[in-house]
Amino acid sequence: MPSEVLLDVRDLVKDFGGLRAVNKCSLSVKRGTITGLIGPNGAGKTTLFNLITGFYKPDSGHVFFRGEEITGLPPHRIFHKKLCRTFQIPREFKQMTVLENLMLVPAGQRGENLFCSWFLPRLVRRQEAEIRDKALAVLEFVNLIHLKDEYAANLSGGQKKLLELARTLMADPEMVLLDEPGAGVNPTLMKQLVANIEKLCYERGVTFLLIEHDMDLVMNLCNPVIVMSNGEKLAEGTPQEIQRDERVLEAYLGSQYRAAVRE
Amino acid sequence: MELSRVVLGILSGLLVAALVRALAARWWPRARWSVHLSAGLLVGVLAGAWVSQMEGGYLAYLVTFCIMAGIYGVFSLGLNVQWGYTGLFNIGIAGFFALGAYTSALITTRKPPPEVWFYFKQAIGLDQPFLVGLIGAALVCGLVALLLGLLTLRLREDYLAIATIGVAETIRILFNSEEWLANGSQGLIGIPRPLACLIQNPPCAWLPDWAKPLVAGWTARDLDAIYLVIVVLALAALYWAVEQGIRSPWGRVLRAIREDEMATSMAGKNVFGFKLQSLVLGAMIMGIGGGLYAHYMRSISPDVFVPLFGTFIIWAMVMVGGSGNNKGAILGGLIVWGIWIGTTFLTDLISPLLGAISPELPARAPYFRYLLLGALLVLVILLRPQGLLGEEKQVSKL
Amino acid sequence: MLELTVYGIVYGSVIALGAIGLTLIYGILRFGNFAHGDLMAVGAYVALFFVAVALPLLGIPETRFEPLSFGWRMVIAIPLAMAATALLAVVLDRAVYRPLRHRKSSPVMLSMAALGVAFLIRSLIYILWGPDPTRYVEGLLRIPIYLPFDIKVRPDQVVILVLTLLLVMMLYLFLQKTRLGKAMRATADNPDLARISGINTERIALLTWVIGGALAGAAGIFWAIDSQLTPEMGWGFLLPLFAAVILGGIGSPYGALAGGLIIGIVQQVSTAFINPAYKPAVAFALLILILLVRPQGIFGGRS
Ligand SMILES: Nc1ncnc2c1ncn2[C@@H]1O[C@H](COP(=O)(O)OP(=O)(O)OP(=O)(O)O)[C@@H](O)[C@H]1O
Ligand SMILES: [Mg+2]
Repeated sequence: MPSEVLLDVRDLVKDFGGLRAVNKCSLSVKRGTITGLIGPNGAGKTTLFNLITGFYKPDSGHVFFRGEEITGLPPHRIFHKKLCRTFQIPREFKQMTVLENLMLVPAGQRGENLFCSWFLPRLVRRQEAEIRDKALAVLEFVNLIHLKDEYAANLSGGQKKLLELARTLMADPEMVLLDEPGAGVNPTLMKQLVANIEKLCYERGVTFLLIEHDMDLVMNLCNPVIVMSNGEKLAEGTPQEIQRDERVLEAYLGSQYRAAVRE
Repeated sequence: MELSRVVLGILSGLLVAALVRALAARWWPRARWSVHLSAGLLVGVLAGAWVSQMEGGYLAYLVTFCIMAGIYGVFSLGLNVQWGYTGLFNIGIAGFFALGAYTSALITTRKPPPEVWFYFKQAIGLDQPFLVGLIGAALVCGLVALLLGLLTLRLREDYLAIATIGVAETIRILFNSEEWLANGSQGLIGIPRPLACLIQNPPCAWLPDWAKPLVAGWTARDLDAIYLVIVVLALAALYWAVEQGIRSPWGRVLRAIREDEMATSMAGKNVFGFKLQSLVLGAMIMGIGGGLYAHYMRSISPDVFVPLFGTFIIWAMVMVGGSGNNKGAILGGLIVWGIWIGTTFLTDLISPLLGAISPELPARAPYFRYLLLGALLVLVILLRPQGLLGEEKQVSKL
Repeated sequence: MLELTVYGIVYGSVIALGAIGLTLIYGILRFGNFAHGDLMAVGAYVALFFVAVALPLLGIPETRFEPLSFGWRMVIAIPLAMAATALLAVVLDRAVYRPLRHRKSSPVMLSMAALGVAFLIRSLIYILWGPDPTRYVEGLLRIPIYLPFDIKVRPDQVVILVLTLLLVMMLYLFLQKTRLGKAMRATADNPDLARISGINTERIALLTWVIGGALAGAAGIFWAIDSQLTPEMGWGFLLPLFAAVILGGIGSPYGALAGGLIIGIVQQVSTAFINPAYKPAVAFALLILILLVRPQGIFGGRS
């Protein structure tokens, strides 16, 4: 297995007012892996995703993707580097159909140029047909095909999660950041999701970094696993190593302890 | 007069046919499309025949009504691009209305001779044809929208709204107080009607000899009918252009931006660029609307472009007709303008009643129409935010 | 110049009173209330109703505090009109904004509704009071008094300033010292955080409308005492109001106060250099300048 570093995060810092959500966080993800990112609530995992994908600008630090610095680029530029993400709380385009949600995504659509849609409708139509076929294939893949003409707003929580994943697939990504893909997904859908992620990784070589609170899932699916706590990387290792790590236990218990005290 | 009959007959026939066909398709979805179409055609022909037989006075009235409804339809279309599809909140339509009207007027009129400068000032007067005026109006409005967008579209969405009010006010004050520019509060007069030479004697020089007898008896009323045709053609062309854009991936991106800007950006689209395009295209359409208005009225002054006629009524049209649906926007233009014109009789009706309450009230009866319009807007937002037609489910279908 | 600055402060204090309410609504209810200018007009016209119709009927005699232009009737009318404006604001919230809020409509939709409401209010003013400009007292010679540095001011203006100061002080005490006031500031600063920390946001919303409405009413009256009432006055206030709010940082009442004064002074002083007709355009130019240089406002706030 090639051990090239695909995503490299160095000393990333993000403050919200007085609160430091991400504190000099450094980590790297190797190509071809399904890397898990775990940590107690509020550890800064989602914020880290937001920093990597350009949703927020970091206060300091660097992000490299394929050896290229992408720190502070606007989100759409980062997307075109084939680094995609899903949202913890799904952000589907509500008043658009599932199919349209997917067809939006592919890059290089000629029809996005107004003049092409006016003067070269044939070309645009041909490309639309291709994109449509691809979207249908992706919907088939994630088992949402029966809902293709439904408004995205009418999907269940789990289906929206699948839609998020499907959207990233439309981009032929090199790497996907998944933010709690399993939350709110029922067990059957869940199995499907795991199978999909594995298939994508092993067959198409897509690299994954995924945040998840379901430890069973993380331990079965991910290797390596990175633990974050208080905005920093706390530990990294195989699932077995992580399960045995004292500091990890402390971080989780500690936060639970604090939560208990607060109540 | 005869021309008005033909034009109105055909237009109303087509309109009614389209409406009936659409209604038939909704109520009897099982029937074949040919049934819907023939039902529409049948009723359409009847309606067209009936309209074309109307008495001259009504006919002339109907022509003016349709021209204004058509011009407002152009504005609704422009606002629909900005608001209905992209969610851009432009409440300074009156500014683009005025700018379009004045630009087209300044391009098409002749600069007055120095002798009358004391009474009538005008900075430029290019004496160009109507089409050049419309194109100029579109370009100038587009340019202003571009500057405005560059300034505000990266910021919170409602900053755009405030800035558009500012633009509208500034433009109105500018034309009102800068006398040298366009005659100040007196406004411009003598804006040419396109093809006006047809009713002159002798008619237009470019007209082939065989056509000259045809236009021999035409009067100013026929000129209105011709203008109606021009307005309808412009509306149809703009409708096609907007539809084509909306149905293609371009429109899909706009709608995604309306739904969730950040997620669109995360899907690799340059949100700022698309918002800018939408704002500019909408403003250009509004500029054309302003130009059409100026050449219809033949004279314009700054006090026309107040928020009521320039902004609110257009919002009511788009909201009533259905934001996110171009047919709805045009239909809304027709309906709301119909309500607005139709309620003139309402004010006549309630004046005696009001007189009984207070002697001052009858003079204020027209303001009840304002009230009605405001109430309509609020009620639509509260009760049927999608409007009469609403957005279609499948929009991307090239 | 100095004199224009003083006029600017008077006009600015009117804008500031309106802007404080607007910024609280903006911060707490998270939408631009495009009907706020018209709420100010409502205050002015309701006071006119009291001064010219209701109080004379009740037998309150016409008095005048020399050298001011008004007397007891106005003193009674001001709090009543403020209360009426606040009531209208609350009623509008119940009838229009709250249903939209509960439907989770986007902020733009609420702004749209506000636009419709603005239009409704304006047409009601047209119907009830007619289109012509009016004053509380017609045909009164307003003799200025002289301050040091040869500054001429009208006595009314001094009173307006004092009253504004009084209202702002009251608001300050309320926001700083009471629990409700603190909760309100916290909500304006960060509504989500406030909701999580158990603040009753519906009650805060109600209070926001009461305060915003009352202040808007007062601002409208003050303006009308010094100048005149027209049905379109609300629309004219809109640009300076929003400019003040953005300048001060959205959600910050003290920022709005400072912003209002700055906008007012700049607008008045500009008349020394350019055609006074351009006053709204000056507010707009200032707004654009702020958006270019510091869109989050000079006193922080959210951009
Ligand atoms: N936009 C924001 N403004 C202010 N504070 C924020 C913002 N986003 C996140 N935070 C804070 O930053 C911290 C880290 O949040 P983050 O969402 O990254 O945690 P997380 O690890 O994803 O937690 P979870 O497992 O609950 O999703 C939290 O304390 C959160 O309250
Ligand atoms: Mg998270």
